[in-house]
Amino acid sequence: MGLPMTLLLPLTFLLPLAGTLILSISRGTLSERASAFVGVASIGLSALVTGLIFLQFLAGDGAPQTVTLWTWIAVGDFQPTIGLALDGLSLTMLGVITGVGFLIHLFAAWYMRGEEGITRFYAFMNLFVFSMILLVLGDNLLMLFLGWEGVGMCSYLLIGYYYQHSTNGWAAFKAFIVTRIGDVFLAIGMFLIFLELGTLNIAEILQRAPEVWARGDTMVELAALLILGGAMGKSAQLPLHTWLADAMAGPTPVSALIHAATMVTAGVYLIARMNGIFTLAPDVLYLVGVIGALTLLMAGFAALAQTDIKRVLAYSTMSQIGYMFLALGVGAFDAAIFHLMTHAFFKALLFLSAGAVIVSCHHEQDMSRLGGLWRRLPLAYAGFVIGGAALAALPLITAGFYSKDEILWQALASGNGGLLLAGLIGAFLTSLYTLRLIIGTFHGETKSDNARHAEAGRGLVHGLPLVVLAVLSTFLGAWLQPPLADVLPASPGEGVHAWHTALEIIASATALAGIALGAWLFLRRREWLARLAGQGWGARLWTLWNHAWGFDAFFDRLLVRPYRGLVRLLSGDPLDGLIGLSTRLAWLFNAGLTRTQTGKMRIYATSMVFGATLVLLVLVLGA
Amino acid sequence: MSGVPMEHGLVLAAILFALGLAGLMFRRNMIFVLMSLEVMLNAAGLAFIVGGTAWQQPEGQAMFLLVITLAAAEASVGLALLIQLNHRFKTLDLDAASRMRG
Repeated sequence: MGLPMTLLLPLTFLLPLAGTLILSISRGTLSERASAFVGVASIGLSALVTGLIFLQFLAGDGAPQTVTLWTWIAVGDFQPTIGLALDGLSLTMLGVITGVGFLIHLFAAWYMRGEEGITRFYAFMNLFVFSMILLVLGDNLLMLFLGWEGVGMCSYLLIGYYYQHSTNGWAAFKAFIVTRIGDVFLAIGMFLIFLELGTLNIAEILQRAPEVWARGDTMVELAALLILGGAMGKSAQLPLHTWLADAMAGPTPVSALIHAATMVTAGVYLIARMNGIFTLAPDVLYLVGVIGALTLLMAGFAALAQTDIKRVLAYSTMSQIGYMFLALGVGAFDAAIFHLMTHAFFKALLFLSAGAVIVSCHHEQDMSRLGGLWRRLPLAYAGFVIGGAALAALPLITAGFYSKDEILWQALASGNGGLLLAGLIGAFLTSLYTLRLIIGTFHGETKSDNARHAEAGRGLVHGLPLVVLAVLSTFLGAWLQPPLADVLPASPGEGVHAWHTALEIIASATALAGIALGAWLFLRRREWLARLAGQGWGARLWTLWNHAWGFDAFFDRLLVRPYRGLVRLLSGDPLDGLIGLSTRLAWLFNAGLTRTQTGKMRIYATSMVFGATLVLLVLVLGA
Repeated sequence: MSGVPMEHGLVLAAILFALGLAGLMFRRNMIFVLMSLEVMLNAAGLAFIVGGTAWQQPEGQAMFLLVITLAAAEASVGLALLIQLNHRFKTLDLDAASRMRG
């Protein structure tokens, strides 16, 4: 255990970077197996290093450790460093990124086999892990921003991985542009913080913020609001959520790693990391909770009316991140991070199981063309059931129960009845759509030939990640309590126990009621439900939810079309026409004067006479 | 001589000048154009003479000498141009030499 942190911490991200470099330099020369080996091994080694760091950190006194590698830029007072900071929060994130990331990389070796461009795939995935680690380890906001933009770029590259279809390219564009709106907010927030506090170092910001700003100061509220803008974009919260469902165009391991387990939770990490700013801005913090509550309800209803299994999972991701925002909003930062961790486990499990289904059924991912698969794909079925149970927070046996219960409890303890109610309704919706997903995929009759000829995946590479994640999704995963006590401020529910048991029972009952209703509806009342969704108000509601409350159409009318109209207007370059008027006038005069140059001497003489006469007239009459 | 008023002389000069000018403007044959120019120069000379006589000043006659000299120079250059015109275009029509139009 004698390895110094100065070596271990940089290793965590240098290994994935090395993987990226090897893969991108050797493009085309490495075989599929070799590419996959490099891609998986780099993350595996990184995970091992993280394990070592974890042991050392736990053996130590738990104090935050910083490693400054070198000064990045030095301009006057502005001297951001390439510096790493390790505390309980970044360690938790690091564990999720490298641990879950390794399992997903491993699974991808099975999922992507035989695909074209596997070297490219692993190069991007490793680059993503590299950026994500920089994001969580950076000790200043500029490092964080570097990682933030890096993961955004990798997300773009991987959503558009199957670039032969233009729709995937557009989905990648959408994700990039919508998150970029949030990034601009974050960048401006960083400028504001530097302007006001004179530093970008996170520890110094948190230390100086209470000295410079009073609670509820306009400036600190503005800074918090701008940071929230960045977090909303990255974490797909209302109203910047529209990109996440389309981001499912990427390969399924990408959806599992980037669009469920790690990158989309970066917003939660950011707000938890800047907790000192947010506690100074209680209004904005409350807004965080409200946004989370609205998002979790909106996404919950939308998930009910999707037929693509990946889109159901995408909306459930939005909804679960909504829970995390809700927890942040009531000041329960550690509950949010705890849910982030368990969510990473069970959502990665769900996505990987979905990937197993998709590959087994010859790239069929529409529920209306699946069904009855549970006998053919037992491992994927088990993954779905365990992951789904954790997602629906089935009491006592799942990891999701402990984290979600904690969030609801903190909402109650902080006295936010509205947020609690939203959380409970969301929990009900969650179990409803989860059951619909499982029944639609695995039960009932098989609806297409692709599903009828499903071949279950085999081998360690396919099975190991599913099994490990399934174990982590049960109550065993909830035993991994992240070491956050020293990093994040105390939650409102600390030390209070009244009503806790009652709330646990209510939350459990809500989840179970959702499942009972789901089982009754989706197993016994299938025809009635189909009839209901086929006509009148039911059909309208179905369309509305299927299009996720029509946000895409709304933004299309509000922003895209006016913008395109403006573009059409400006494509003729009217300003250039205005400036071009002078040249056109010059040409006109030129043409007129050219016509007088006839070359005929008599006409020149005549015009001279007229000119002279005119001048004389003016002189004589004017005198 | 003193019986002729200045106005009459000046009017005669103006008429001669106008005739010459008209010839310059409307004639196409270069010989006639040159002759019109001579007429205009002489009209100007006549105006000088008339003025010099009326005010009893010698400068009028001196200016006339200058005008004659100028007219001689002009005639030689003009005739040289005329020969060149005839040589190049086989015509005396001035409009034929209009290649320098814009």
